[in-house]
Amino acid sequence: MVYWKSVSDFLEMGGYGLYVWTSFIITALCMVWELLALWRRRVAALAESRGITRSLG
Amino acid sequence: MKINWSKYSAPLAFYPLAGKMIPWFGTVAALTIAVGLYIGLLVAPTDFQQGEAYRIIFVHVPAAWMSMFLYVVMAGWAAVGLGLNARLSFMMTQAIAPTGAMFTFLALVTGAMWGKPTWGAWWVWDARLTSELILLFQYAGVMLLRTSIDDQRRADRASGVCALVGVVNIPIIYFSVQWWNTLHQGASVSMTAAPKMATIMLTGMLLMTFGFWMYSLAVILSRVRCVILERESLQLWSKPSSVAEAVEVR
Repeated sequence: MVYWKSVSDFLEMGGYGLYVWTSFIITALCMVWELLALWRRRVAALAESRGITRSLG
Repeated sequence: MKINWSKYSAPLAFYPLAGKMIPWFGTVAALTIAVGLYIGLLVAPTDFQQGEAYRIIFVHVPAAWMSMFLYVVMAGWAAVGLGLNARLSFMMTQAIAPTGAMFTFLALVTGAMWGKPTWGAWWVWDARLTSELILLFQYAGVMLLRTSIDDQRRADRASGVCALVGVVNIPIIYFSVQWWNTLHQGASVSMTAAPKMATIMLTGMLLMTFGFWMYSLAVILSRVRCVILERESLQLWSKPSSVAEAVEVR
């Protein structure tokens, strides 16, 4: 089922490893970074709205 | 079951609903992307013309499709917002822009990674590449216009108009490979002809696209919740029962 003969074969990507892996890793990093940024934004927004709710309520 | 849609057009009513949907979209995204990566990187055979470099297609095409699709959805929400003067619609526009910009950036970067080994250049001023770069500037424009205007309603309308006008670039990107003589290869998948790729490759690519779509939904709904909190905090204290509760729980 798996196309590759060995792990090194898989990592080399027929000589295109640098391009293929850079593409996949940059994509993954961007998505993880977006999730982290959102989480931080949410924590900040919650703290802000709690502060406002407390000061007004 | 009858759903009262107009009820959910109020940001504070939409907030808990969005919160319930996020885990579902997130789970489906993670599973679909995992299977898509398995097929794309481990199962799919090599391409007889491009060798293993073609595997970039499994992130490049889904990212490029999402970059255009999200722009259309963003412009659609801007149109609804401008037409109905609905706050939640503008909030959706605001929430979609960063994710759309990210996928545009990824389409350009992974495209460069594919261009170098196959064309011998990271970048060429080709119709497809240039129009996609313009799309990145459009996303940046929509976001910058919002942050540069203090008055929230004016910021909504200005960035909404900007998003709406820019939608003309989408068909230009899509048809650029037909209208101009470009270096970029033609469409591998179109609605009018049979796909020009093996079934297993197509399956992997479509799974990755679906995964990116579900990821976008989860992320955009999370961001719109942040936007609601940031913009409607002053109203939260007056409706403590439903929303403040939801805010505390999650």
